[in-house]
Order: sequence, then structure tokens, then C-alpha cells
Amino acid sequence: MNEFVFLYRGGMSDGKQPSPKDMEAQMQRWQTWMGKLSEEGKLKDFGAPLQREGKHVAAGGVVTDGPFSEGKEIIGGYSIVKAKDLAEAAQIAKGCPVFDTGGSVEVRPVAPM
Amino acid sequence: MTFRMSAQVNDIVEHLFRQESGKLVSSLARAFGLSRLDAVEDVVQDALLAALNNWSFRGIPENPTAWLHRVAKNKAVDLIRKRNRESRETAEMLPGMRAALLSLGIEQNFLSWEIEDSQLRMMFACCHPGIPLESQIALTLKTLCGFSVREIASAFLTKEPAIEKRLGRARKYFRDHHVELEAPTGDILHRRMSAVLSCLYLLFNEGYKRTDSDGLVQYDLCLEALRLALIVTEHPQISSSEAFALVALMTLIAARFETRTNEHGDIVLLPEQDRSRWNAELIERGLNYLARSEPDMYSSSYHLEAAIQSLHTTARSFEETDWPAILGLYKRLYAIKPSPIVAMHMSVSMGEVHGAEASIAFLSGLPLSEYYLYHALLGDAYLKAGRQSEAALSFKRALELTMNSREKALLTERLACVAGAVPGT
Repeated sequence: MNEFVFLYRGGMSDGKQPSPKDMEAQMQRWQTWMGKLSEEGKLKDFGAPLQREGKHVAAGGVVTDGPFSEGKEIIGGYSIVKAKDLAEAAQIAKGCPVFDTGGSVEVRPVAPM
Repeated sequence: MTFRMSAQVNDIVEHLFRQESGKLVSSLARAFGLSRLDAVEDVVQDALLAALNNWSFRGIPENPTAWLHRVAKNKAVDLIRKRNRESRETAEMLPGMRAALLSLGIEQNFLSWEIEDSQLRMMFACCHPGIPLESQIALTLKTLCGFSVREIASAFLTKEPAIEKRLGRARKYFRDHHVELEAPTGDILHRRMSAVLSCLYLLFNEGYKRTDSDGLVQYDLCLEALRLALIVTEHPQISSSEAFALVALMTLIAARFETRTNEHGDIVLLPEQDRSRWNAELIERGLNYLARSEPDMYSSSYHLEAAIQSLHTTARSFEETDWPAILGLYKRLYAIKPSPIVAMHMSVSMGEVHGAEASIAFLSGLPLSEYYLYHALLGDAYLKAGRQSEAALSFKRALELTMNSREKALLTERLACVAGAVPGT
């Protein structure tokens, strides 16, 4: 089994304001998805959500405020998933609820030792 | 914090954000003041979004209410600091507001009681006599039930700007008259209590009478009305026999929800409903509430309506229903609430007791010619009396008056019964 980092871009809460009822539906989809991966033993780490604000530190001590890109490009969180290969990891990512709210998933293999 | 099996998750998450929204808005409005309801709603929205992001990864915490109150409190303090830099006015109010905010969510045991109390105060504020009834209902849904403007508009089959206007009027009233989240006492309590109950009654009815394709949102209105009414009954100093009767009424009606439509979403009327599928637990709870409401006093229309519902839900079949008792209760209801709508509903039991012609004679005098249900009931009575052509006319008139596709389908079916019985039409 290999490990893959899932970077969830956009789609968590940016753009239009969801109502509490919309949030319930979104929460249900994420819980169901994470729960299923976990039960199937495919989650190495649930990961975490990331706050929207941030700093960008460049060479020479130049510090600028984030966010660094468009709302839909911002990484809203990450998880670490176990899969046979990149193809299977990408297949798993297709079930992610981030798509329902206009986001996307970047799937990156963790380099082996 | 754990991820639960999906079926359990659905049970826990369903209504969670809406109910927590109501609790948060009530708690924060108590600290901030009702005149800052807009700011309160912004803070609550932020806190709910933080919960959504966080819980999606980490699961729902053991005590979501405490989690949200802690986060909302921090966001509110940040907002005060920010506004403090921008204006002197907030600077002067800062100490008191901060103290009130800091007390939020600190003592766990105290928290749930405080929140219930805040929600009750919010109900009293929303049903302030200076606010028009339609604004009262919209505001209750927005502040206490976490409905968005879009969802309220869809529930009332109207446009978003109309709802914004209703909410705006209420907020302006709060500002202009310096309304705060008070706990009324004595005579005022009694009057405000009846305003709250009548708002919840209307909210429930709004949900109940809608049977569109989008049925779910509509039952949400009923369940929210029931939830708020239960908060009232659970408060020993506030609750009244009327509140118990209202909860009994709502619970007994809710027991029949699932049989009101079939698997295709078509309307199923009382005589055809599968009584074995009525919710026995809800019926028992409803009867229990009715018993606790001092039913012998029949001091309110809620008592009489709940008593009528109790006779329906405990009857073994439509035919075995105690129609004379129901008719008697309707007569008493009409005596305290003499509306044509009550009379219209009374006509069904009148028909069962005295025959279809009596029902027709009674209905014919009512000023409800623009109401589809009136013509539908009249059509049924004509059909039972064997007056086919008049039945057909009534059903056709009813068809013209409703826009609802489910109601149209039902009426078309009724009309077909008439047409089938009369050759050549």
C-alpha cells in the first residue's frame, strides 16, 4: 500500500453563503465519505481543515499576506489516503464531496523512502 | 470525536445546524442586544462555517452546542475589538457587552438552561405585538429555526424580496422601539404567551397545508413549530395548559404525516389512509400531552382541536370514528373561533352524522367561493348525495382555484369518479 496526500481545493465554504440546512447536507456528505474510507481501512490520516488566512514568506525575509490565489484555488484541507497506486487513489478521490460545492482534489503520492 | 456509521450520522446531523443556529442567535442577541441582530447573524454564520469545515475532518464533538458557543463567543469578541477601533460608540458599550459574552458557554451545567431561556426570550421578541403577524413568522424562522431567506420564501411560495421586507420591518421595529430580550411577567406574559402560541400554530399550519412536490421543507416547518412549542411546555414558570394542548394537537397531527402521501407523493385523504402506519408512539405522546393540558376545561381552541384529533387518531376506521363527538367539539370550537374555515371543516362531521344533504345546506351558506378546498368538500358532499352534475361542477371549480399539482391530480381523479358514473359526460 502506498500513501497519497489529498489536497482539497476550494469548495469548503468559499463563495455564496450556504444556509444551515445546506451545511447539514454538506456535513452529511463529508461524514459519510470519511466514514466509508475509514471503515475500508483506506485512511492513513483524516487530515485537517486549513484556515483561510496565511502568510507567504520569501527569500530575504519578505513576508506577504495570503490568500495567494483565487478562492477556488485555495487549499481548504488535506487527508492522507492509502491506495495500491495513483490510479486507485484518483478513483477514490472521485467520490469526494468537495465536487458538490465546486471544489477539486489534487492527488499526490508521498515519495517512498 | 469519532466518525459514526452513516445512518447514525444522518440522524445526528439532520437539523443540527439549524437548531444550533437558533440557539446561537438567541444567546448572542441577548449579549449584543436585539438592535444588532444583523451583526449577530453574521457571527453565527461564521461560527457555523467553522464548524462545517472542522467537523467534516474531525467528526462532530461530544457537545456541539458548547463547541459552537465557544467559537461564536471568540468571533464576537473579535468583532467588538474591530468595531471598537472604528467607532467611539461601541467603545463605550464595550465593557458590558464583553462581560455578557464572556459568560457565554463557560459554565457547562448552566449553559443548556441559559440557552433554553434565551430561545424563549427570542420567541417573545419575535412575537412582539408591534410586529405584523407575517413578519413574526418570518422572523421566528430566520432567528430561531436557522432558515435562510430563500428557504422561507420557498416555504411561503413567495419571492425573496418580500421576505426581506418582512424581516426588515421587524428589525426596524426592534431598533426604533429599543426592544430587548426580556422575560415578561404577569398579565403581559399571558398576552405575549398567546401571541407566541398563535405564531407557532400558524407556522405549523403553513407546513401542514402544503403538500407540494417539495414536501420536505414543509414538514420542517411543522417540526420546528413543534420543537419551539416543546421549549415552552418544558419551562415550568412559563408553560400553560394552552401550550400543552398545542403540543398535543401538533403531535397527534404529526403522527399521521407519513400516510398523507403515497410513495409517488400523491395526496391520500383520511378515509383511505393506512391507519396501521400511523405513528403509535407519537399518538401516545400526543394523548399524554392532551391529558396534561387540563382537557376538561377546554379553555382554548387548541384544546378543542387536539380533542378532535385525538378522536381521529384513536378511531379504528373512518366509519368507526365517533362523528357525533367530533361534531359536538366542532360546535364548541366554532363558538370561540367563529371562522368560515372552522365551519367548512365541521361540514365533514355534519355530513357523517346528519347526511350529505345537511352538509351541502351548511356549506352553501359559507363565504368561501374563492377557496379550492371549499369546492372540493362541496363536490364530495354532492357526490355522496348522488347529485352528479353538481359534484362535477364543484370539482371543476376547485380545479380552477388550485395551482398545486398534487391537489390538481387528486381533484382530476375525483372528477373522473363523477364522469364515470354519468354516461355521456
